[in-house]
Amino acid sequence: MDYATLLQILDSTIRLATPLLLACLAGLYSERSGIFDIGLEGKMLMAAMCTGAVAALTGSVWLGLLAGIAGAVIFAAIHGVASITFRGNQLISGVALNFVASGITVLIAQSLFHQGGRTPPLSGGARFNPITLPFAESLSGVPIIGPLYSEVLSGHGALVYIALLAVPATWWVLYRTRFGLRLRAVGENPASVDTAGISVVRLRYAAVVITGILCGLAGAYMAAGLQAGFGKEMTAGRGYIALAALIFAKWRPWYALMATMLFGFFQALALRPDVIKKTVGFDVPVPALDALPYILTVIVLAGFVGRAIPPRAGGEPYVKER
Amino acid sequence: MKGEIASGRQVTAAPYAIELRGISKAFGSVQANKDISIQVAKGTIHGIIGENGAGKSTLMSILYGFYKADAGEILINGHPTAIPDSQAAIRAGIGMVFQHFKLVQNFSVLENVILGAEDGALLRPSLAKARKVLAELAEEYELDVHPDAVIEELSVGHQQRVEILKALYRHADILILDEPTGVLTPAEADHLFRILRNLKEQGKTVILITHKLREIMEITDTVSVMRRGEMTATVRTAETSPEQLAELMVGRKVLLHVPKGEAKPGRTVLEIKGLRVRDGDKIERLKGIDLTIRAGEILGIAGVAGNGQTELLEVLGGIARGTGTILLNGDSLDLTGKFSDGQSRRRRGISHVPEDRQRLGMIMDFTAWENIAFGYHNDPAYQKNALLMDNGAILEDARGKMERFDVRPPIPSLQAKSFSGGNQQKIILAREIERNPDLLLVGQPTRGVDIGAIEFIHKRIVELRDAGKAVLLVSVELDEIMSLSDRIAVMFDGHLMGTGPAASATQVGLGCLMAGLGGADTRAMAGWDISSDAHEERQATGMRA
Amino acid sequence: MARIPRWADLILVPLISLLLAGVISALVILAIGQSPMEALTTMVTGAVGSPYAWGYTLYYATSFMFTGLAVTVAFHGSLFNIGGEGQAQLGGLGVALVCLAVPWPHWTLALPAAIIAGAVFGAAWAAIPAYLQARRGSHIVITTIMFNYIGAALIIYLLVNVLRPAGQMDPATARFPAGAALPTLHELPILSAIFDKKIPANVTLFVALIACWLVWLLLWRTRLGYEIRAFGKSEPAAIYAGISPFKVTMLAMLISGGLAGLMSINNVMGESGRLLQNSSEGAGFIGIAVALMGRNHPIGVVLAAILFGILYQGGAEIGLWTSIPIELRTVVQGLVILFTGALDHMVRMVLGLFFRPRRLEAA
Repeated sequence: MDYATLLQILDSTIRLATPLLLACLAGLYSERSGIFDIGLEGKMLMAAMCTGAVAALTGSVWLGLLAGIAGAVIFAAIHGVASITFRGNQLISGVALNFVASGITVLIAQSLFHQGGRTPPLSGGARFNPITLPFAESLSGVPIIGPLYSEVLSGHGALVYIALLAVPATWWVLYRTRFGLRLRAVGENPASVDTAGISVVRLRYAAVVITGILCGLAGAYMAAGLQAGFGKEMTAGRGYIALAALIFAKWRPWYALMATMLFGFFQALALRPDVIKKTVGFDVPVPALDALPYILTVIVLAGFVGRAIPPRAGGEPYVKER
Repeated sequence: MKGEIASGRQVTAAPYAIELRGISKAFGSVQANKDISIQVAKGTIHGIIGENGAGKSTLMSILYGFYKADAGEILINGHPTAIPDSQAAIRAGIGMVFQHFKLVQNFSVLENVILGAEDGALLRPSLAKARKVLAELAEEYELDVHPDAVIEELSVGHQQRVEILKALYRHADILILDEPTGVLTPAEADHLFRILRNLKEQGKTVILITHKLREIMEITDTVSVMRRGEMTATVRTAETSPEQLAELMVGRKVLLHVPKGEAKPGRTVLEIKGLRVRDGDKIERLKGIDLTIRAGEILGIAGVAGNGQTELLEVLGGIARGTGTILLNGDSLDLTGKFSDGQSRRRRGISHVPEDRQRLGMIMDFTAWENIAFGYHNDPAYQKNALLMDNGAILEDARGKMERFDVRPPIPSLQAKSFSGGNQQKIILAREIERNPDLLLVGQPTRGVDIGAIEFIHKRIVELRDAGKAVLLVSVELDEIMSLSDRIAVMFDGHLMGTGPAASATQVGLGCLMAGLGGADTRAMAGWDISSDAHEERQATGMRA
Repeated sequence: MARIPRWADLILVPLISLLLAGVISALVILAIGQSPMEALTTMVTGAVGSPYAWGYTLYYATSFMFTGLAVTVAFHGSLFNIGGEGQAQLGGLGVALVCLAVPWPHWTLALPAAIIAGAVFGAAWAAIPAYLQARRGSHIVITTIMFNYIGAALIIYLLVNVLRPAGQMDPATARFPAGAALPTLHELPILSAIFDKKIPANVTLFVALIACWLVWLLLWRTRLGYEIRAFGKSEPAAIYAGISPFKVTMLAMLISGGLAGLMSINNVMGESGRLLQNSSEGAGFIGIAVALMGRNHPIGVVLAAILFGILYQGGAEIGLWTSIPIELRTVVQGLVILFTGALDHMVRMVLGLFFRPRRLEAA
């Protein structure tokens, strides 16, 4: 593999990893607060449709983004009502909302645009346009690092940089703020938070809403960044890959970045079977690359590479004991 | 205002730190607290004593804002105070140390202490301040814990100190401790009492909830007794005696008389040699036990909860694995392999009435008849053919067993959870005793059981003994051990401290052994074999890892 | 928690949940400017209005019975098997391999062989998540989701690179021999009097009904069923009783996977006559809704499977004849799962209001 090809693959790694990263961080907030969320997929899909629709109608990607966030937050709120207020089964709620999202996005898109459940193709101001980072031009001449900066790091849509910044921000919130301390505590032992006089319910709702917002960003990027418009089932299991990445990262922000970049890299490679063949010397079937994130996650779950211990109170509705 | 309290002295000088007036609370049809009034003077240690289920914890939960009382009022330092939630309780200067600690296991001590009492949105200043305050508190009250230690790496005693620190950090003037010594070793309990005395000296008010008379006598200034949701008396500790308190607690003479004849011990049924058991966290819970039980005798294991009794029952019952030798009727039991499970144990003639009947002994959602087959579902009598079970046969069997054990109501199709605690226990006893085992394991047979059922249960256990069977009884109720057993073994920190006849055992002597001590009181017990592990002097023994 | 009578819990809770899902769906239909009444009539005529319609409804119901039973058996062992999709597809692989391996002379010989192959392959795909749960404590929900994707990738690889006959473009196996074709209801004696047209519902329906009966026997009449239910209610108690968590977890999941795999008799062998990509078409997931709606009881599963058969077939008709997209059925499916599985406490609370004597007046 020559350097130029590598740069191309790394460039698409970043683009493909961005929705995974945003969704993974989304899941991190919810699960750290003790609410399991396998409905990341549905929220992303909902956000993608809302973004695609509103951006197409208004021509503004930013209004689209807001709509996407709103759509995902609504779904997050339903998940919150089911799992926090009514103490329902969080896994089932997540599964259910994925189905609802899968169907309702097509219903809405179809009724708005009559294009077979798609939204019209977006262009110009209705998409996230590439941002050229400072000095990208002038540094491009520097050997090795220059092209890496100007071709791989520079030239992405705003959400890519927001996603990358969300990693240190999440770390900071989690480990350096009062909210983060309480969030981590409520996911480990809600009784400790409750006896300290803090509302478990309010904390968990806050976490679930943040999950919705980040899923909204992920979905918006799918519809107006990675692609130009919403299409049926366009997230194609990315919500589950993000979930896998979250486990792979053991619910920690910096590891989430690494895990999603790794999985994004697999996806980028899957798009270039020619490159793989040239590099390893034989045909690696594309389905094998598709399955790789899931296989790696199973290996991590099995505890063969360090144990992935989820937040202790995860999945359990909090009931005050007598 | 009704409900004049027993001690009834006129309020003159300083107002009471806490005064409860006519507190009532019902859960559905169960009246947990009935018109309760207490006054606790500032700078004293006040004990609240009562049996399990007497309503102590409910009362304290009301005080801490977990529940809202149906009626009554709370006065803090003379001011009527509404406590709708824990935050209000904290603001009123109340701190609570729960029986089950409310700590975040993977947080540091500092993080646990500031949780909910942070000074701002950022942690750094709060952590720095807490570090300083903790150092001061440690010095003042002998409450030293490393501020950066992670909770899950601390011993239970240290975890409890963190709970106390949490309360003090929130400027608690009134500290409530709910059954604080249940999980502590005697040395840890001693240290806790020193801390409580220090707190008292500094003018703090302490409320100690317990069901252990010894602790009340040792540390409190005044004591209130609760029975079935009611406050039966409040007295000065110095003016009362354990006997009087026990009577107030139970409502009658406490030493239960179990009518039983002389034991006629026969051949050795169970012989345990060098038994060691580790728990899920790899901590050794049984550290080399030697024990024999003969046919026709009841061997009682006395001890503070958590000193290895549970593990002994579990390894014998096929729940836990261990090392060493156990001989049943002369043949060894498998302790680690394929035949170390509950099914194999039952086949060998061991029946097991577990300590925690709701968690282990039955499936609460199953019917009574399904529970009668629980553990014996492979019994050929319950099978129709090679593939199918004979539910009719089980139902019939259940009907008979429930009748013979006076289970009320005698309806086999009722779910286990709809029976009272005593009747659930009778269902389990019927199932286990009627198997006519060579060895019956019984853990806490009368915990949470009403008095009528207690006598019935004791009678059945004695009958099994008289039928020439061996019985291993584990109970944290010393009275039960003393009245039911023929021989007693005392367990402390995974060791047997002493074994001897029940007839010559004294409460004081057993109490010493339960605390890991030897001494004159234990030597005075005739026919007792005292272990060399029992120390003559009180010292820090048995600190947990 | 509101206390309501047992019969209400068993019957009213699923019905109210269905009603709520129906109402919300109607609102959705209104919101996208269509007529709920039109949708309902189209659905009813298209799904139950004629023997021909029933032929499709029962075809779908057959698949859903298998996947519903799969979820049910695992649920009783407190295992949430969300991997029915992958297990069904792998079951399809087993069925396809058996059907292609031998030039079957008659379907009565091919069917038992296919049943064994489908069940074994489905069970094998559940075995690894089951083992990881039982021995390593890996959460079965996550591992079975992962195995759905791994299974789909594996099938695609096999169809494209291994099983595709030379010269065929689409990723699928060769067609099965005629002797492996299962008779549809229209080809069976007596039933042919009712079903006068070629329909997809086939003899697998009877296999499914027998499976329901066998699962009922398993759960409430065998020692293994007793152990699965006991383990599902309380693991510590099960250990006390000498029930091996490893054995129960493995067997419950193997049976569950096997049942999901059996679904392929219906669609792969009975309908398409060859293995295609994504053969399960979401039936594995619908099994979750069917099990929840059917209260994890085989009789309930039969009824719920027929209901979802109606929904599925009716939904297809709606997609065909009205301006409402076919995806409406996915929405209803999701809502039913949401109400029966996650908001069941809410539904009970609402019901509790009707069953509780008005205590406010007394106080």
